[in-house]
Amino acid sequence: MALYSEKVMDHFTNPRNVGVIENASGVGEVGNAKCGDIMKIYLQIENEIIVDVKFETFGYGSAIASSSMATEMIKGKSIHEAMALTNKAVAEALDGLPAHKLHCSVLAEEAIKNALKDYFDKNNIPYDHEQFKETDHDDLHAQVHGE
Amino acid sequence: MQVYADNAATTRMSQVAVDAMMPYFTNVYGNPSSLHSAGQEAKEALEDARARVAKCLGCEPREIYFTSGGSEADNQAIISAARFGARKGKKHIISTAFEHHAVLHTLNKLEKEGFEVTLLDVSQGHNITAQQVREAIRPDTCLVTTMYANNEIGSVLPIAEIGAVCKAAGVPFHTDAVQAVGHIHIDVKAQNIDMLSLSAHKFHGPKGVGALYCRRGLPLTNVIEGGAQERGKRAGTENLPGIMGMVAALEDAVAHLDENMARVTALRDKLIAGLSQVPHSALNGDPVNRLPGNVSFCFEGIEGESLLLLLDMKGVQASSGSACTSGSLDPSHVLLAIGRVHDVAHGSLRLSLSEYNTEEEVDHILEVVPQVVSYLRNISPVWRDLQTGKRTYIL
Ligand SMILES: Cc1ncc(COP(=O)(O)O)c(C=O)c1O
Repeated sequence: MALYSEKVMDHFTNPRNVGVIENASGVGEVGNAKCGDIMKIYLQIENEIIVDVKFETFGYGSAIASSSMATEMIKGKSIHEAMALTNKAVAEALDGLPAHKLHCSVLAEEAIKNALKDYFDKNNIPYDHEQFKETDHDDLHAQVHGE
Repeated sequence: MQVYADNAATTRMSQVAVDAMMPYFTNVYGNPSSLHSAGQEAKEALEDARARVAKCLGCEPREIYFTSGGSEADNQAIISAARFGARKGKKHIISTAFEHHAVLHTLNKLEKEGFEVTLLDVSQGHNITAQQVREAIRPDTCLVTTMYANNEIGSVLPIAEIGAVCKAAGVPFHTDAVQAVGHIHIDVKAQNIDMLSLSAHKFHGPKGVGALYCRRGLPLTNVIEGGAQERGKRAGTENLPGIMGMVAALEDAVAHLDENMARVTALRDKLIAGLSQVPHSALNGDPVNRLPGNVSFCFEGIEGESLLLLLDMKGVQASSGSACTSGSLDPSHVLLAIGRVHDVAHGSLRLSLSEYNTEEEVDHILEVVPQVVSYLRNISPVWRDLQTGKRTYIL
């Protein structure tokens, strides 16, 4: 099907890092079932390095692929590198997403940021709150679907 | 194995229909409005086709108007009844909440012009009753328009009863029979149907051609202005190859209706029984009064687009009412209208069969759907929350 790139289909049908981490250092969840997509990211962090990452996703094929790709991109990286991950980088790594599915890569970026925020909060690590502005998902969805 | 299970979207053309079209591309290609013999030969074929369509529906040839398909027929039927009603000061229309957009969007347009529309509730039994129609009729009602059978969930409406109610009240009755024609016995006179829309590509005919039946005495308003074709009610040079293909497909469908219905219904029931075994799932639509080929389910905890993509990779082509397919934020209005909440409506699957499907194909579907559903559930945070009790099951 030409709807998605081969990369997207690969990550959708053979997703990397699916699952949960018990007692994770940080957990982030974004989206809601009403909109049709939810992403949950679990991080295991040791000495500021993401030693393990898992995800669970309910949603489009592109949402599953975006979470899979995003977890690959941050695994083994420092939390600072993970903080710098953008939705654009995720979409590019997937060889692009259809315009009306771009919000899936936004969800992936936000889920990771949410998980990092959870880690900072749990460990009383100070951070710049400006970096964690959440998008209104109904709004985002409406924008991408042009409603 | 490749299984095409999206026959409610469109069907493969039958060989009979393809063969019936061919002469009208290169041999009988005259314009039916031309006076020369080539034109007159085309005109004869056109009128012969009209008579044959009329025979299949139980009406007179002059009551058949060829259109570009179901959408156009729906538009014209509704606009015509509205204009006719407005002339008598009647501006109330009754329909249902689960109509096709060809009907709903036309009604929206009329609402903006000052018409009042009552959409009957379909959440009870995923269908409506003639009683609901009777109760909604008012002195200023100018039209009742209800579909014959629903394209997404397969419910077949009590058309003869609704027809009787409308006849008694003196209100014109239109039915969008796009999903029913060629699949269910229809007799417009016996069922008191005043107007009916049909579309060839839903019964193995070509795309882009359909017809509107309009009872003699009900005035039609043009939707397409121009030449005097179709008794002046629908302009444009007739799509003769398409019309000839449609007639052949319709006659073929009507001639084999009973045997096809029995065969397809058996396949459908096997599919429904098998998919009902998937935990936390539910059948959508009327379980008894149902299109022979329609199977529609909601599976809790998963999303429809990913389901369709994975099924396609495993050779099963189907459809869904999830947001991705409706092209908007919301899942299908039909699933919402029957009372499925968003979370569940996103996980819908429609499999629509035809007489070309086989038992082996149904077995293949029954093998792959549960696999794909459980694969997606295993990576779904919603499913985990349901399983761990953080969320309560709806289905
Ligand atoms: C119930 C119903 N009405 C109308 C239509 C529109 O028909 P067409 O595609 O011929 O315009 C369809 C099919 O898409 C349908 O299922």
